[in-house]
Amino acid sequence: MKWDIKNIKNWKYNQHLEGALIPEAGNAEYYKTGGWRTERPVIDKEKCTNCLFCWIFCPDTSVIVEDAKIKEFDYDHCKGCGVCAVECPKSAISMIDENEFKKQENT
Amino acid sequence: MAKTVALTGNAACAQAMRQINPDVVAAYPITPQTTIVEEFATFVANGKVNTEFINVESEHSAMSACVGASAAGARVMTTTSSQGLALMWEILYIASSLRLPIVMHNVNRTLSGPINIHCDHSDSMGARDAGWIQLFCENAQEAYDTTIQAIRIAENKNVHLPVMILYDGFIISHAITRLELLEDEDVKKFVGDYKPEKYLLDIENPVAVGSFDGLHGFYFEHKKVQNEVIERSKDVIVKVGNEYGKLSGRSYGLFEEYKLDDAEVGIVVLGSTAGTAKLVVDQMRDNNKKVGLLKLRSFRPFPAKELFDSLKKLKALAVLDRSSSTGSFGGPLFGEIRSAFYDGKNSPKIIGYIYGLGGRDVSLNDIEKVCNDLSDIVKTGKIKKEIDYLGVRE
Ligand code: SF4
Ligand code: SF4
Repeated sequence: MKWDIKNIKNWKYNQHLEGALIPEAGNAEYYKTGGWRTERPVIDKEKCTNCLFCWIFCPDTSVIVEDAKIKEFDYDHCKGCGVCAVECPKSAISMIDENEFKKQENT
Repeated sequence: MAKTVALTGNAACAQAMRQINPDVVAAYPITPQTTIVEEFATFVANGKVNTEFINVESEHSAMSACVGASAAGARVMTTTSSQGLALMWEILYIASSLRLPIVMHNVNRTLSGPINIHCDHSDSMGARDAGWIQLFCENAQEAYDTTIQAIRIAENKNVHLPVMILYDGFIISHAITRLELLEDEDVKKFVGDYKPEKYLLDIENPVAVGSFDGLHGFYFEHKKVQNEVIERSKDVIVKVGNEYGKLSGRSYGLFEEYKLDDAEVGIVVLGSTAGTAKLVVDQMRDNNKKVGLLKLRSFRPFPAKELFDSLKKLKALAVLDRSSSTGSFGGPLFGEIRSAFYDGKNSPKIIGYIYGLGGRDVSLNDIEKVCNDLSDIVKTGKIKKEIDYLGVRE
């Protein structure tokens, strides 16, 4: 069942589902956890061998794979935990301070 | 046709569980509840029920397994006492807030310490804010009858709340008394099939249960709903109690009034002490003293308005608490009854007694003393002691 929660913050007390049930499976993706990040994983495709360790280890399924190759990170949900960078056998992932990107955006 | 039998309260409740034949029972033995679990486990082993019996290593796990099974869509029962209920504490709140219709006996036993295995109501009173319906029973017959009704109350679509059936440890749980059991078929028909509406094992309509709410924060809203729902459950408790009366000849409501109609003074009490108190009321009546009794069955929901209407004509009222809420103004029942009378005009004078803690016997003389204290209050218009103890060695 698709669950329309656009206005959920304004729902009256009796509009919620009984027992705080969530009728839509896997809807955690609506919750964008990318804002929690202080460091951003950045991949060096030159070094990467596409072993997919990072994809296996990422606790937030934020490594996007296409045709058995690393495509990109899902920055909407990546929390910047750095697990992928630690686990990468080729040290192909660097964790970069988010402020660096903010500075770039501002200039 | 009902069968007349001689059983302990625990054996009677085990029989009720056999007749209900729940999908899942997860329980851990504790005195004085143990013999229900023992007997029910025998029914499971002998194939008398289809129940999945889950052996657990603690009551915390018992209630957790009940929550999981109930959320999955099963009809679930368990039983406990005292420290066991205390160990279930945090999961009790989860069960009620998830609106799971779990039915549980709590065989009343005091909470340690000093360590004590005997009856008082401190265990269930400690769980009074956990969002469960709490129904107190006077004897084994009521415990058996209430077990069967509890399934219907909990699963009613306007309720969907867990129900705790409370009866006094040893006094009811272990004493053999005469009672009537319904036919298996009649119980089966009365409780009906359980058809949950939204549940985890419904793979066509997947749901998430028990998700974290702290970021958006709807906890407050859900609590208001729980308050409204448990208040509404009063009607269901009465309706199911009446329907059960048609089946068995024994009707139930939120409380029982005993010789209250023309009474001048009255006693409010929970559980097995009501039996003792009824005898004293009868004796007082023989001596032309207008004494009455109200035995409260439904402590949660607390029927404040109904109690007010029933007791408002009295001149003096004594509330007997078999638990002490240490540091409070009187026992829990006393506090709530007094509060129900705050706005009343010409309200009776209300006094409270703490009695029977740790299984201290309550005798006819004790109840007589209460009646005499009440008569003195009516005569003199004065209360000597607002909150007193009954039967403590002073
Ligand atoms: S930093 Fe953490 S969350 Fe982000 S992609 Fe790497 S492992 Fe996943
Ligand atoms: S772990 Fe390193 S080498 Fe392996 S796929 Fe990920 S980035 Fe590439």
